[in-house]
Amino acid sequence: MDWVPAISRWIHLLAGVMWIGLLYYFNFVNVAAAKAAAADGTAAGISKHVMPRALFWFRWAAVVTWLAGASLLGRHFPDAFLFLNKSYYAIGLGAWLGTIMLINVWGLIWPNQKKILGMVQATDEEKNKARRVAFLASRTNTMLSIPMLYFMAAGAHTALFYGR
Amino acid sequence: MKNPLDSLWGTVICGLILTVILHNIVSYALGG
Repeated sequence: MDWVPAISRWIHLLAGVMWIGLLYYFNFVNVAAAKAAAADGTAAGISKHVMPRALFWFRWAAVVTWLAGASLLGRHFPDAFLFLNKSYYAIGLGAWLGTIMLINVWGLIWPNQKKILGMVQATDEEKNKARRVAFLASRTNTMLSIPMLYFMAAGAHTALFYGR
Repeated sequence: MKNPLDSLWGTVICGLILTVILHNIVSYALGG
């Protein structure tokens, strides 16, 4: 057994399930739930008790997923990211989509969520803008997750997806 | 025009369309 790639693949899957699972929770459940809760005055419970915890596991799972994926690629990291080898085209595209999603998490979603949840000071106008940016970044990641997961699967099973 | 990402199903459909486009690009690049 080759321990480093085996353990890296396992951690990549575990952390990836947590990351994308929470992303889907935010988009498929929480957006509508928060809207309904705001309408009946119970949104504070979500924003105070649920979101900080969910965002903690979400953003760190994203980092662990990326690092485990990089470790799994190992010396083939440039083959994938620079498309140097045809065998790595599919996983390279999946890796780029995952990297863009990681940048969205740390560069757009988390800084704007900190304003929305009151972890950093912001005016009402800044909070409204932050809501829109965080929402669109999260929806963009949900959209990108669909091809990203396709190419993660295709990278590991190229013959199945591309017949070679 | 409404932003498709405002709707959950618009987001999913955009993801599926993007998957088909990228699949075809990779398939072409691999010589298929």
